[in-house]
Amino acid sequence: MSDQYVLQMQNIMKIYGNGVVANEDVSLSLKKGEIHSLLGENGAGKSTLMKVLFGIETPDSGKILLNGQETTIKSPMDAISKGIGMVHQHFMLVPSLTVAENIILGVEPKKGLFIDMKQAVAEARRIAEQYNFDIDVTAKVEEIPVGVKQKVEILKALYRGADILILDEPTAVLTPQETDELFVQLEKLRADGHTIIFISHKLDEIKRICNRATIMRNGRSMGTYEVSEISTDDMSKLMVGREVVLTFDKKPPVLKEVMLRVRDLTVHNAQGVLKVDRLSFDLKGGEILGIAGVEGNGQSELINTLTAINKSYGGEIFIKGADIRQDSVKGVRERKLGHIPEDRMTSGCAGNLSIRENMFSNQYTDPAYSGKFLLKTKVLARRAAELVKEYLVKCKNPEQNVGMLSGGNIQKVIVAREFSISPDIIIANQPTRGIDVGAAEFIRRRLLEYRDAGCAVILVSADLNEVFSLSDRLAVMYKGKFSGLFTDVGSVTEEQLGQYMLGLRHDEELGGAIYER
Amino acid sequence: MSAEKRFEIFRLFFSILIALLVSFALIFLVSKQPVAAIMALITGPFKSGRNLANVVEAMIPLIFTGTGVCIMFAANQINLASEGAFHLGGLVAAAFALKLALPAGLAPAVCLILAAAAGALFTALPAILKIKTGASEMVASLMINYLSLWFCTFILMHFILDPAAGAASYSLPKTAKLLTLFSGTRIHFGLIIALVVAVLGHVFLYQSKMGYELRIAGSNKQFAEYSGIDIVKVILISQLVGGAVAGLGGGVEILSPIYSRFTWTSLLGYGWDAIVICTLAKKDPLKTPLAALFLAYLRTGASIMARTTDVTLEVVQITQGVIILLAVAEQFLSKTKHRIIAREAKAALQKEEAA
Repeated sequence: MSDQYVLQMQNIMKIYGNGVVANEDVSLSLKKGEIHSLLGENGAGKSTLMKVLFGIETPDSGKILLNGQETTIKSPMDAISKGIGMVHQHFMLVPSLTVAENIILGVEPKKGLFIDMKQAVAEARRIAEQYNFDIDVTAKVEEIPVGVKQKVEILKALYRGADILILDEPTAVLTPQETDELFVQLEKLRADGHTIIFISHKLDEIKRICNRATIMRNGRSMGTYEVSEISTDDMSKLMVGREVVLTFDKKPPVLKEVMLRVRDLTVHNAQGVLKVDRLSFDLKGGEILGIAGVEGNGQSELINTLTAINKSYGGEIFIKGADIRQDSVKGVRERKLGHIPEDRMTSGCAGNLSIRENMFSNQYTDPAYSGKFLLKTKVLARRAAELVKEYLVKCKNPEQNVGMLSGGNIQKVIVAREFSISPDIIIANQPTRGIDVGAAEFIRRRLLEYRDAGCAVILVSADLNEVFSLSDRLAVMYKGKFSGLFTDVGSVTEEQLGQYMLGLRHDEELGGAIYER
Repeated sequence: MSAEKRFEIFRLFFSILIALLVSFALIFLVSKQPVAAIMALITGPFKSGRNLANVVEAMIPLIFTGTGVCIMFAANQINLASEGAFHLGGLVAAAFALKLALPAGLAPAVCLILAAAAGALFTALPAILKIKTGASEMVASLMINYLSLWFCTFILMHFILDPAAGAASYSLPKTAKLLTLFSGTRIHFGLIIALVVAVLGHVFLYQSKMGYELRIAGSNKQFAEYSGIDIVKVILISQLVGGAVAGLGGGVEILSPIYSRFTWTSLLGYGWDAIVICTLAKKDPLKTPLAALFLAYLRTGASIMARTTDVTLEVVQITQGVIILLAVAEQFLSKTKHRIIAREAKAALQKEEAA
């Protein structure tokens, strides 16, 4: 019975240093030559289970059987030597090296003391051809698109002899077209006898290419199913424990006055590369402007400039009629601007300060919260407790360190902070990235509530489902410009959007970006 | 209290215990009378009122420099110039006490304010260098301690030297000296100033707007920038305040009954000790008196041991070093910590299931 499995993880338990039980009695069995989906909300314990498998984390109990033999995996090196390869969500490549150099890194063919570069290029070509990957192995990694980078990661694992390949949310950074291409490759690998663990929470993708799925919720396994025998509805129910609302009952927008006016905005990054190219648009109170696009097309630079974190730009930005060129970050925030940053851990919070201390960094100078020198600590404590309750932050108490919470709860703390200033403008950059469905839904509902209350919202998101369901107008950003802008979001298809995201289509004249000349 | 906090306290005590055991082992290695030496070290400070008083006297300067370092380190400004600021504070207080001839009551107040100002300006030098040129405050502050030492020695030798007394200033006027609190000891009014400073330091760091900015910037600079907190202000203020407290400490020390003249011609080490204090107090000024008490007790015991047996003072330096190493080493006892946390988490799970 057990020899039909290449890999079995049995009753894995993993408790983290902050007391979070990430895996509780989780079992996973892989059949040879299958694509096995590991499905669950973020924070369900998928990544932890994979870290245990890849030797990054040591389990507190449970065992791992490889081809029926009990084994321990001490480190990623150990995992690789046992034929397990992992492609991380955030690529582990050296940008300044070529594709071939990245592939052979650590297992270089040598000529005496030196790396045999000719041999390296030949080896990289051979492995690319063997698996039908169409890649220029002499290109520098920093110059190739994201989809190709991912192929390099996969080749890297295959070159090291991986039979079992772990792909951690491989489609998160891809356009629909790139995703299609990836799936073709994965099917070929499966036909070659490789076993693939496909981590995702996109149900349609799982339906498309996976054989079986193990569903996780809250650190536990909810069982393994044949994908052909379970509906997406049932999968999502098992995943979240209740029905997910993917469509919102959205009232038609009631537009107010123009809150944000952007004219000919031009931004270069620190390396002098043009990132935002003569961008002009308006945003009124009561609407959500969605900005879709592949990462790195100027979205971050746009947001950092609108929020005065970046101060060097050409063109003009007006908030409620006032030019913000002279404003500091504080100045812009005092114009009642809330900002959910792209990366919650690096700029959204201070992990080793408490929830309470993280909730007022944008408003502690408010006379309600402080006098001339001192903070009103009792008021702050009471307010923090209120916000924790209102935003359903799961924690022991507001004095707990933010870093101890799950991603979704950290995000709720940030949202609570940014929304509690009763903002006129909300800039939400990837507000639900990497958090559980429940928290994401909560945050989306909140965004809609603020829109209905007359707030102007910019929503930058890689989650197409999210921009589709929330936006009143939808812009696609490509190479620093809006390649398209849609005022009737309902009529746009994902395929169309993909073409704009990839720059295959490009509208010269944008109707509806600007309200008045 | 959570299991984790309890564990942190346990770990601190365990570190201290190990450090003491290492010192005892050393004493056994080097001494012909190890038991007597250890007894002197441990029980010596309790043997007489005078010895106990010595402990309290020794903790006073440590509270000042410890509080200063807590404030700078909480803002993640690793400024090591407290040593020089303390020294400079001592010189400035002594020099103005000699030159100004103010009436009693006013004299110590003015001298101490000037000492604090000198300390603040001194530790601000690395801060300004950092803001203007991006130079690491750690390296700059480390080096300028010698600037302070030689500057003070220069002033001593050329402006306030008493030719009749060797390398010492003229005798400091009685009007400028701090009061003794208990007759028969040298415990002085500086103790009260020190405790007030520790409390004010705590209020500043944990209850003021500026302290909040300091700690946010110290904990995550990018988050502070995104929140609209002025990083330049944080760099400057934290180091100004930290240095002011250290300078004040130097002034208090030189005006205390322990000294009658300015005699410092080498660095005294209170600035270095402050880092131990800050580590033990977990960057909370309110806990610096306790940490200072512990270190002062160890120091006093060591000096009694050195006087009465054949073991030298340096043994305690080793104890101190081992404590720091263990206290700051995250991984020390990490397996035990993990077991405690895992046990608690499992218990919580079972409770949940039962419910």
